Amino acid sequence: MPQFDPTFYTTQLFWLFVTFVVLYLLLSTLAMPKIGAVLEERQRKIDDNLDKAAQLKAEAEQAIALYEKALAESRAQAQTLLREAAEAMARQSEERQKQLNDRLSQQVKAGEARIGAAKDEALGHVRDVAAEAARSITAKLTGATLDDARIAAAVAAALEEGR
Amino acid sequence: MANPVEQFKIQPLVPIEIGGTNLSFTNSALWMVIAVVVATAFLTLSVRSRALVPGRWQSMAEILYEFVANMIRDNVGTEGRKYFPFIFTLFMFVLVGNLLGMVPYTFTYTSHIIVTFGLAIVVFIGVTIIGFARHGTHYLRMFFPHGAPLATAIILVPIELISYCSRPFSLAIRLFANMTVGHIILKVMAGFVVALGVFGIVPMAFLGGVTILEFGIAVLQAYVFTILSCIYLHDAIHMH
Repeated sequence: MPQFDPTFYTTQLFWLFVTFVVLYLLLSTLAMPKIGAVLEERQRKIDDNLDKAAQLKAEAEQAIALYEKALAESRAQAQTLLREAAEAMARQSEERQKQLNDRLSQQVKAGEARIGAAKDEALGHVRDVAAEAARSITAKLTGATLDDARIAAAVAAALEEGR
Repeated sequence: MANPVEQFKIQPLVPIEIGGTNLSFTNSALWMVIAVVVATAFLTLSVRSRALVPGRWQSMAEILYEFVANMIRDNVGTEGRKYFPFIFTLFMFVLVGNLLGMVPYTFTYTSHIIVTFGLAIVVFIGVTIIGFARHGTHYLRMFFPHGAPLATAIILVPIELISYCSRPFSLAIRLFANMTVGHIILKVMAGFVVALGVFGIVPMAFLGGVTILEFGIAVLQAYVFTILSCIYLHDAIHMH
């Protein structure tokens, strides 16, 4: 077998050494930095994109938080407004009711006063009518004429009795 | 029928002799130069476009690069990083040599024991130097495992010493034998195809299978050579 023929051992070792060193230099200075750079670049880009995605996610979450906060605030505000409006309306209606009550009670009072006056007046008339009737009745029956003072006293006594 | 070992014959192409030493440029040297050109061209031209999404060629170059990088990271550790260019060169040199040998009418330099031994001895000497440089004389503990009774040293030390020193031989012979035998089988089979005429179809089919197998072996042996070098390097850096 030619492999065991030492004639060409030195030349093979020599050229092995030369070519191996050349390949080492070419790969370590030319090819490997290139491939390494490509891989690094890709890794960097992937990391960049992941970072960007994380950043966007954080931003979105922040926006959601802001939105929810605004929503809660406006809800609270609406409730305050509603409560205030309800209170104002209750106050107003209460006031109006009081006014109405006042007016009604005033009117009732005035009415009662008027009724009292009319009653007094009516009672006065009754006295005159009774006196007149008593005079005419006694004049017709007896023909006597009674003086006014006695008639008035008798009417007053009769009214007093009737009470 | 052609002699199946004819293919391994060294033929001087440019006779060179310096100081009585034969340094002729032979067919073996020619294919080493071709391997250097092919490996360099493949690894540089494929990544020329620096595509973010790699094409077929760039993908292959990247896979080879990362394959060796991972091999070193897994087997040697982070300290192995500075030996990455050497290990990668070793891998590419053996891989391209093996694969070029699969092309008809080429010469397979990895089928020569002196070439594989040259590579193996460089690994062996390099690893030994790294071991002594990192651990000093403590590196000699390699030959006597921790925790073994002192009395067993008389048996263990020679065994460990022999196993350590046989590393370059096993490394060299494994690659050389695989390449040589594969190529002889291919050649013998091809001879049968020609000799049997019409019935040559039978060894022809067999030849197809063996060729596929040989491609697998070409890649596998480059891998084995490299990973064993990584393991030896790991031993030298971390001891056992």
